[in-house]
Amino acid sequence: MINPVRKLTRGIKPRVRKIWNNPVASHRVFSNGINIENLRVEFPKFCLQDINLSIGKGEFFVLLGPNGAGKTVLLEAIAGLIPIKRGRIFIGGLEVTHLPPEKRGIGIVYQDYALFPHLTVLENIKYGLHFHNIEKTEARKRLNQLLDQLNLRPIIKRLPTNLSGGELQRVALARALMVKPSVLLLDEPLSALDPNFRGEMQVELKGLHQNINVTFLMVTHDFSEALSLATRVAVINQGRIEQVGEVTDIFQRPRSPFVAEFVGMKNVFKVKFNGTKALLSDWELELGRGVEDSQGYIAIRPEDIVISKERFSSSMQNSFKGIVSKVLNQGFYYEIHIRIEKIIFKALITKMALFELGLTEGVPIYLSFKTTAIHIF
Amino acid sequence: MKKEAFFWVTISCGVMIMAFILLPLIQMVISPSMEKLYTTIKDKDVFRSIWLSIYTSGLAAIISFVIGTPFAYLLARKDFFGKNFVESIIDIPIVIPHPVVGIAILSVTGKDYWIGQILHELGIRIMGSTVGIVTVLVFVGMPFYINTAREGFKSISPRLENISRSLGASMISTFFRITFPLAWRSMIVGMIMCCARAISEFGAVVIVAYHPMIAPVLIYERFESYGLSYSQPVAVWLILVCLVLFLILRIISIPQKRRA
Repeated sequence: MINPVRKLTRGIKPRVRKIWNNPVASHRVFSNGINIENLRVEFPKFCLQDINLSIGKGEFFVLLGPNGAGKTVLLEAIAGLIPIKRGRIFIGGLEVTHLPPEKRGIGIVYQDYALFPHLTVLENIKYGLHFHNIEKTEARKRLNQLLDQLNLRPIIKRLPTNLSGGELQRVALARALMVKPSVLLLDEPLSALDPNFRGEMQVELKGLHQNINVTFLMVTHDFSEALSLATRVAVINQGRIEQVGEVTDIFQRPRSPFVAEFVGMKNVFKVKFNGTKALLSDWELELGRGVEDSQGYIAIRPEDIVISKERFSSSMQNSFKGIVSKVLNQGFYYEIHIRIEKIIFKALITKMALFELGLTEGVPIYLSFKTTAIHIF
Repeated sequence: MKKEAFFWVTISCGVMIMAFILLPLIQMVISPSMEKLYTTIKDKDVFRSIWLSIYTSGLAAIISFVIGTPFAYLLARKDFFGKNFVESIIDIPIVIPHPVVGIAILSVTGKDYWIGQILHELGIRIMGSTVGIVTVLVFVGMPFYINTAREGFKSISPRLENISRSLGASMISTFFRITFPLAWRSMIVGMIMCCARAISEFGAVVIVAYHPMIAPVLIYERFESYGLSYSQPVAVWLILVCLVLFLILRIISIPQKRRA
């Protein structure tokens, strides 16, 4: 019987084959999804550094970050499409650091889907079969499954130029999954879709992930996508991973000002701690619990701030008088900027509340929030 | 709506340029009688020289395609130290005077130079031979092919190649299955440009190989020896043959919708 690893590494340089066949490397116990150790990728004006990630087999992991943070670079480094300066990459427990992309067992779906424009939908989906020894009956079975699962039968003879955004995405997914990759890398796959259609595709993507035993690594800059799809999230900024954890953990307990702001905590302040109080500018905030550190950050979600004309008599221990400095229309909500001395707080209110309170720039107002609404890091 | 003065300036310049290009050509094409054209093409020397021009230019385009394609791909896909310098070197044959090209080629293929000595050992003659003509035409036509093919490769998203690699295709499989089918029209256009440049070459060829005579050299010789009326019919035939050839290639290279 042909050794499957030997078969897979056919045509690879001996040095690389040695690494691939290295029992130490290949038998390392990992999460069997993706493992990245001290990865560094260098470009003339950008650097991805100290990347350490462990993604479990079959996990739906989301890499979250703003544009230019290095998300796609990391994805392409995992895929072997860009050279790395340092570090090691493992896929399915095997080191693939020096393997070419075609030997890594990965699938990619790009933001623009990158379907081959000169091939029909069916030819696109079957493309990978040219390079994998898959039995004809097995290939046919897999093809039929994907065509049914992703509802692609009516369009198999069409060219990509004649497809809608949703159809393009489904074809790209089918093409990547046809060769049964152990890892599927998704580069902002929903961002090119119509916003009204995006939710529907999120459900479809989640359903697809649940039906197949493939590790999904998706990059996005949209935290709401991460919330609805991911089991775990890594937040990346300026080429470094800022925080890794459960999606709710990141949402509720950010560990840096960047992550806090990125997940929607618009009120992030550097403070000095004094027992159960935080000193912000010249006034004190009640934290409701003691903090050992002498200084750090606090963050408050804008939706956790209550604004009122009179001082709010409730259990909220933090209530301050300020002046409305800006009113921003956010569609369904209004973002109110309230200035207290030199500090600007941001709060969200409904349109109705805006009119009831008669908020315009320069109006004095009270803002209040519970001690439990304050996140300390 | 009244057109602005600048609009009329653009139109006037356009008409002037079109007239400048077309008038001499039209005059030349309509000057010789049909009978004269017929007798000219029956002349074995004329037929042979036109054929030699087409043959050597076509060969130059094919050589440029074979050698230039991988290089054009490299220039389109990779950034490396000194890339701008390399690209400038490729453009040198476009800017240097044509007789200089001929002299430069002779200087490295002469017996005093090691390349010339190797060629001599191998029995390859450059001076006054078809090989020499093809060498000159490759030299002057190659930049046109490389530049066009490079732009063609650049217009193809590298992501398509990335996807192909991720699906199991090697670099070479990806090139032949994805890049080539998407870029072949640019390559054809590049070959047409290379061929067109080669077929019009005179200054460099006349230095390297006066004989065997390509059409431009024959036209020049007839003009020098017998005057305008004797050289005109040969020129007309060269233009007509080239037009037909380029038209065919151009039609092939126009994108067509495969399936609606």
